[in-house]
Amino acid sequence: MTLTANAAPPRGAAITARGLSKSFHGTTVLHPTDLHVPAGEILVLLGPSGCGKTTLLRLIAGLERPDGPDMLRFDGEDVSALPIERRNVGMVFQSYALFPNMTVAENVAYGLRVRGMPSAERKAEAARLLALVGLEEHAGKRITAISGGQRQRCALARALAIKPRVLLLDEPLAALDAVLRERLRAEIGLLLREFGITAVYVTHDQAEAMAIGDRIAVMQAGRIAQIDRPEVIYHRPRNDFVADFVGTMNRLAGPVREGRLILDGGDETRADLPAGGPDRPAILCFRPEAARPHAGPGEEAIRARITATTFFGATQRLLVEVAGQPLRLDLPSGLAFSPGQLAAFTIEGAALLEFPRTV
Amino acid sequence: MGRRWTTWTGIGLTALLILFLTLPVLLSIVAGLSVNYARGLSAGLTLTWVVQVWDLYADTILRSLIVAAATLVLTLLIGVPGAYALIRRGGRVARLVEEVVTLPVAIPGLALALGLIITYGGFGTFRQSTLFIAVGHVLFTLPFMLRAVMAVLETIDWRVLDEGAASLGAPAWRRFVDVILPNIREGILAGSLTVVTLSVGEFNLTWMMHTPMTKTLPVGLADAYASMRLEIASAYTLVFLVMIVPPLVGLQMVAGPRRERLGP
Repeated sequence: MTLTANAAPPRGAAITARGLSKSFHGTTVLHPTDLHVPAGEILVLLGPSGCGKTTLLRLIAGLERPDGPDMLRFDGEDVSALPIERRNVGMVFQSYALFPNMTVAENVAYGLRVRGMPSAERKAEAARLLALVGLEEHAGKRITAISGGQRQRCALARALAIKPRVLLLDEPLAALDAVLRERLRAEIGLLLREFGITAVYVTHDQAEAMAIGDRIAVMQAGRIAQIDRPEVIYHRPRNDFVADFVGTMNRLAGPVREGRLILDGGDETRADLPAGGPDRPAILCFRPEAARPHAGPGEEAIRARITATTFFGATQRLLVEVAGQPLRLDLPSGLAFSPGQLAAFTIEGAALLEFPRTV
Repeated sequence: MGRRWTTWTGIGLTALLILFLTLPVLLSIVAGLSVNYARGLSAGLTLTWVVQVWDLYADTILRSLIVAAATLVLTLLIGVPGAYALIRRGGRVARLVEEVVTLPVAIPGLALALGLIITYGGFGTFRQSTLFIAVGHVLFTLPFMLRAVMAVLETIDWRVLDEGAASLGAPAWRRFVDVILPNIREGILAGSLTVVTLSVGEFNLTWMMHTPMTKTLPVGLADAYASMRLEIASAYTLVFLVMIVPPLVGLQMVAGPRRERLGP
């Protein structure tokens, strides 16, 4: 595997969906959804369980029939009416879906066998793909004789072998332990970019989404809440659901007067943040890493009582309280803080967000 | 020492139980091979009775084999895809179908046979054919094949196997043949074993359904017990055992030890 990302021209098809929706037994799992995935892009569907991400993936795959007269195109070709076996999609499942009655190599070659490729040719092709995922030494083994990580690599090789127009991955790493998950995540990301294939990747793990996705669609209750590049999702979440689901978000609630949100705890703690706009009750949000120790002149933004500190290596996380409201702040671990102490911080102005109240 | 004591008791009890179960069979074998059972082993051993049984009943033995084979083929053709269809369908309808199919096991064989005769008695050729017997056996054995296959289907993740093969472009029939069938092999073998055993030994249904031209082995046995000397009837039992034991052992060996399952 080479480390040059985006080296290959896109080999996948663009996906365009219009009004894709699905309900089971009268419960709407996916509200009418529009989606466009350009050729070669890796789109991650991210969300908690029950948000409709797997349903959307299965609709694209052709494993579920959509509710209404909706439309799904691969590179302009309408595939809505085609069953999965005629859509030419590669699929990687959380539970691998490998065939226990076949060897590793036979699994990889199965799609080619179905397509009528001669034995010698498909064996060579399977060997090439197995080498690509580092499984060449296991080619003749039974599926039951290889580990979970190896099984998922085999499943990936099998899905890529058919040169699919679109690769669909349904929580492919969820069954693996944390260390393996992180390693395989990096490998899959590189491999997908090397193939230049259009991929839709479902996960509930935001770190996985950030690492793999060119774009992330955060899903909430059967709708796409926000679809954007990972940095934008992280720094400019559109609503508090997205903000909470992707990373840690602090929130301070209070009245805004003359453009500033001012909290006075009466116990020497105090917050004074720029909010702008008319007088109103507001919630201001910011990420833990937006906090800086207050040094020198200038107005401090927050004076807080430290309740706990956790050492993370390069950084430390402080749990603090301002006017009875808890905050989590990440600061360089070189600075000395101790529980019970009163400390002052500033917040990077650009990191302060205010969301329309959704509840 | 306590453990030893219980171990020996266990072995003793097991031996007694085995003896209790196998003694009648062993005595039958001895009876079928002895010159005169009333005089015991002292009268000497002979194969005369076995040869006589063969001369008298060879056709019933062959017919039993044919009926068992036909029954097996039919239950495989109906039962295996049927079990898969029922599992795929699921829900109340599938359970209802399963119950209805199982009904012939609960109904006395004689009643079932009567039903078949009333229904098909008018179709002379069919009524008098060996196939008629086989159809009766299929009705009676099908639920055993269905249940054996369904039990194994419930232990494998057939849906994800099917979806995996579908994503690779395989049409439905091919997915069934390539990835479902090989992974339910054990259930099919277990079902086949039961079906063949039941078919070869079936008496109730067959006795009611048979014509003089379509006697099976157990019906012939009943004849022999009723009208021949004890030694011939016993020799018949011996022939039956020789016939049924090897295929049973063979099937058990093919079924083999349970293979390791693919777990998540």
